[in-house]
Amino acid sequence: MDLILDGIIQALQLMLSGDPEVWQITFLSLKVSGIATLLSLLLGIPLGAFLALVRFPGRSLLVSLVNTGMGLPPVVVGLFISIMLWRSGPMGFLNLMYTLTAMVIAQVVIAFPIVAGLTMASFQTLNPKLRLQLLGIGASRPQLLWLLCKEARLPLLAAVMAGFGGVISEVGSVMMVGGNIKGQTRVLTTATVLETQMGNFGTAIALGLILLTLSFAVNFLLTQIQQREQIRWPKPS
Amino acid sequence: MRRHTLPSGALAVLMFILTFPLNSWTGEPVNKIIILATTTSTRDSGLLDILIPVYHKETGYIVKTIAVGTGKALAMGKRGDADVLMTHAPTSEMQLVKEGWLTHRTQFMHNDFVIIGPAADTAEVRHASDAAGALKQIAEARAGFVSRGDNSGTHKNERTLWKTARLAPQGSWYIETGQGMGATLRIASEKNAYTLTDRATFLNLQKTLASRILFEGDPLLLNKYSVMLVNPARHSWVNAEGAKSFHSWVLSDEARNIIADYGKDRFGQPLFFLDPIR
Repeated sequence: MDLILDGIIQALQLMLSGDPEVWQITFLSLKVSGIATLLSLLLGIPLGAFLALVRFPGRSLLVSLVNTGMGLPPVVVGLFISIMLWRSGPMGFLNLMYTLTAMVIAQVVIAFPIVAGLTMASFQTLNPKLRLQLLGIGASRPQLLWLLCKEARLPLLAAVMAGFGGVISEVGSVMMVGGNIKGQTRVLTTATVLETQMGNFGTAIALGLILLTLSFAVNFLLTQIQQREQIRWPKPS
Repeated sequence: MRRHTLPSGALAVLMFILTFPLNSWTGEPVNKIIILATTTSTRDSGLLDILIPVYHKETGYIVKTIAVGTGKALAMGKRGDADVLMTHAPTSEMQLVKEGWLTHRTQFMHNDFVIIGPAADTAEVRHASDAAGALKQIAEARAGFVSRGDNSGTHKNERTLWKTARLAPQGSWYIETGQGMGATLRIASEKNAYTLTDRATFLNLQKTLASRILFEGDPLLLNKYSVMLVNPARHSWVNAEGAKSFHSWVLSDEARNIIADYGKDRFGQPLFFLDPIR
């Protein structure tokens, strides 16, 4: 019990004193996972919309792939990205292994199927007549996508939350492709693993608490937007 | 319906701002980067956290320290996925030097392995005559032994000891973690089991572990660290210049002073001992 209490006290001290290393790690986590989430939206929303709106041969296979991708094990992603990015690997000349960029790539691979899958699901709940109406009044394809996104923005927010939640809490792939290098690629999850192994439970708990707080703050913010919207949402007439 | 939400143009600008400075912000010009593949014990002992920043400050090189087991570190060196290695498995290292994958192997420091275990010491390892005998007692008592199981330098040394004891450990009492020294020590402590560890990592983590040093001092327990270069003739992409710079800095008086003093203030004894450079 001492351990837990001491750990929490030490954790609070670390968080309040503004320990530069802890905050640098926090900032890196936010940066990597934030960028990865944004890129996943850019890739996942069009793909999800495409799968929801267009019928073509092989579609059901692709849909199954996306659905499988929603549960992609991060360590498997880490392994494949590592094999690609090692200097002895096919894309080694890019010198991306053990960089933030490599971590972003891995997290995009993890998050974009989640975003695509949820986008597809949310588009399929829209009234199909809406699309015909929009096309009828002369909407171009990008305009159509944008307008449908606006209609489906509440479930889309859930996709953002799921994508971000998936990558900020993920440890397997960032550990492998980032290397957990102190001051360079160490993020909240990998630092928590290391500090636990090293027996620095105070620091580990502090990092864990920050991770939870971050996750909560982002979800709280998005939920606020979502719920506020819900109230103003005009009743179908 | 109210018009709002982020227009796509703003989103694109945001993306650009966020992604553009990714590499420049982390200061990662390619030729300034050295990948150091090393054993977990040099990191878990805390030594590299002291050495690397000093080196960076003096030379501007950014060292990417990948702390893995020695087996994996040597494999990274062989494949050219690292520039410089710091490991502790003399036989395997010399083999790779002989085959031409690595060059300039220099043993520069040592410490020793110790056998640690529960204070109760049910296998009476304390009274063992030598290290192999200690392992034999653990095996006979089926007392619980946690092995790194990761082909690391420590694991290689452990296997040498089992071989010396003419035993092939197996059974539910013999656990392989496949993890680094820190993680393995924690598991041994939690399970009241024995394990082989380098002294530096153990001392660094001791205050959070229930284990005690039970056996030490056998010449077979000597733990020799060497630094070596990945042969750029085998892999054109290796940062040979950076690797050479790091290699010679580790052997410099400045680094040697840091190594010799490391641990004195916290543990009352140094964690590593310098070897004469030949």
